[in-house]
Amino acid sequence: MRFHFKTSYDHDIRLFPDWWTFFVYGALLAVMVALPFLMDSFFLSEVTNVMIWAVAGLGLMLLTGTTGQVSLGHSAFMALGCYLCANLMFAGLPFLIAFPLAGILTGLIGALIAVPVLRLHGVYLAIATLALAIITEDLIVILRQWTGGVNGMFAPDIMIFGTEVNRWVNPEYWYYMTLAIVVIVTLIYVNLLRSPLGRAFAAVRDSEVSAQAMGIDVSRTKTIAFGLSCGITGLGGALMGFFAGAFNNETFTFLLAIQLLMMIVVGGMGFIHGAFLGAIVIAFLPQGLSIVTDNVRVLNIPGLEFGAFGAILIFFIIFEPMGLYGRWLKIRTWFELFPFARRDMFRRQKSYLKTERVR
Amino acid sequence: MSLLELKNVTLKFGGVTAVNDLTMSVEEGQVFALVGPNGAGKSTVFNMISRFYTPVSGSITFDGEDLLQRKPDRVPQLGIARTFQNIELFERATVLQNLLVGRHRHRRTTMLEEMFFVGRSWNEERAHRHAVEEVIEFLDLQAYRDKYIMGLPYGVRKVVELARALASKPRLLLLDEPASGLSVEETQDMRWWIDDIRRQMGITVLMVEHDMGLVGKVSDRVLALDGGKKLAEGTAAEVQKDPKVIQAYLGTGAISKTASAGGERV
Repeated sequence: MRFHFKTSYDHDIRLFPDWWTFFVYGALLAVMVALPFLMDSFFLSEVTNVMIWAVAGLGLMLLTGTTGQVSLGHSAFMALGCYLCANLMFAGLPFLIAFPLAGILTGLIGALIAVPVLRLHGVYLAIATLALAIITEDLIVILRQWTGGVNGMFAPDIMIFGTEVNRWVNPEYWYYMTLAIVVIVTLIYVNLLRSPLGRAFAAVRDSEVSAQAMGIDVSRTKTIAFGLSCGITGLGGALMGFFAGAFNNETFTFLLAIQLLMMIVVGGMGFIHGAFLGAIVIAFLPQGLSIVTDNVRVLNIPGLEFGAFGAILIFFIIFEPMGLYGRWLKIRTWFELFPFARRDMFRRQKSYLKTERVR
Repeated sequence: MSLLELKNVTLKFGGVTAVNDLTMSVEEGQVFALVGPNGAGKSTVFNMISRFYTPVSGSITFDGEDLLQRKPDRVPQLGIARTFQNIELFERATVLQNLLVGRHRHRRTTMLEEMFFVGRSWNEERAHRHAVEEVIEFLDLQAYRDKYIMGLPYGVRKVVELARALASKPRLLLLDEPASGLSVEETQDMRWWIDDIRRQMGITVLMVEHDMGLVGKVSDRVLALDGGKKLAEGTAAEVQKDPKVIQAYLGTGAISKTASAGGERV
């Protein structure tokens, strides 16, 4: 077992608690950087796709996993981010400015929408956000002038410092660009988690009453979380649209939002790792399924993909509510404490006593 | 001037008068206990001070500031911290993180600084961490520092909640039944801690407690409530001897018997 011997407060604050973790993530980053030299362009674009899903998933994770507010409407903000980025670029802004600006604008619009929407709780919040997603599908069709309507829109060329980043010409550039964005977004997420705002998010998730009693403005904190979440998801949406090359109302249906939610549940709610693990599942599942259906003719049913998604989701909710990352944590703890790990170590202690809701 | 003053406070839920024309004042440095049977309105008084409830009439002032002008989340800014009767901790966080949330009222970093962990972030975090460590040491929570709340036993949770309130370095600490559900030894510990909180840290304590043994040992002043009305106020011994208090707890027939037994118990 690894002992984590702390000698200063910085051990609790810094990004990597010990050298081991530092090396693990350093090695991971090194592998990611070296990946274009190890893989052909098909698999490279698959990995790019995983990272794009991860960006969008991190956005939703911040809201649902960390702050505890369900959203079934994040496809709306993916669309918003994508169309904003494209339109800003058509207006003449370079990608390096248009892309972050699209994220910030999506975040601000998201925060504005959050003010009325976040007055709702639980299932009502889910319904309201689902409505947002459905409205957005229609809005894309109606606002033809900016979105190209059902005909869709071709993503403008991305130029970074005079170099064109094109998926077909130089997939490794696309890959590195996405990798950089993923790393930055993840760093922002981790930084938030180790500072007062991130702790306030978790406080709001676990007990609104006592968050308030600790001086946290609950509705403000939720609104900030929603805004940040929308901003990050918007970036993911922009990447997704640009990666596809062309997008219309069909790209951003509400099914996308549900897939996104499923992704973070499967990955592990509330963990940054969960967003990545979920992204791997969701990005490789269609490929895996098509390999299966190619070999087993009987399974060649239309709509199988969504059926499989649903089955996996149900499986995880029943058997592993903590998701893939939760399963990994359990396995790790089992080995670390061997032979003292107990089965119920991760079981949540039920407390039936709850302070009466003051509302 | 007293630290906390309630003047003619009345609170109604529909037809039920939960608190009726209550006047009380807590002096700086006191340990003030609210006692009374279930449903007497003790926790309701706490929830009014925390501003979860708004009284229909009367005034509540803290150090001259009108509490009724504040939203619940602005109350801790004045230096008022509280615990809850049925433990309201952040379950999916470690003890350390819980205590750090207690520091929220001292947050000075902006969102942008926090997103990139630049500017004041490092030094602020170190300061928060240091303040929290002092509380951990004071309440002997070292062994639980990195444990998740969801796996902790009840007695420890109770202490963590006290720690979280203390982490905010309050002037007034509201303890809602600090000893409920604790074993005899744990109650002993709680007694020393409350004493130390007052003596060493100079924090004024207002508590609701049923354990009259504890109340008698730590409190300077006791107020008995029943049906939202003040029954008696004074030292613990005085309140316990008060015929109205005995009547509220034990019924009218009990007065003569307890009086002859010397008013030992209520």
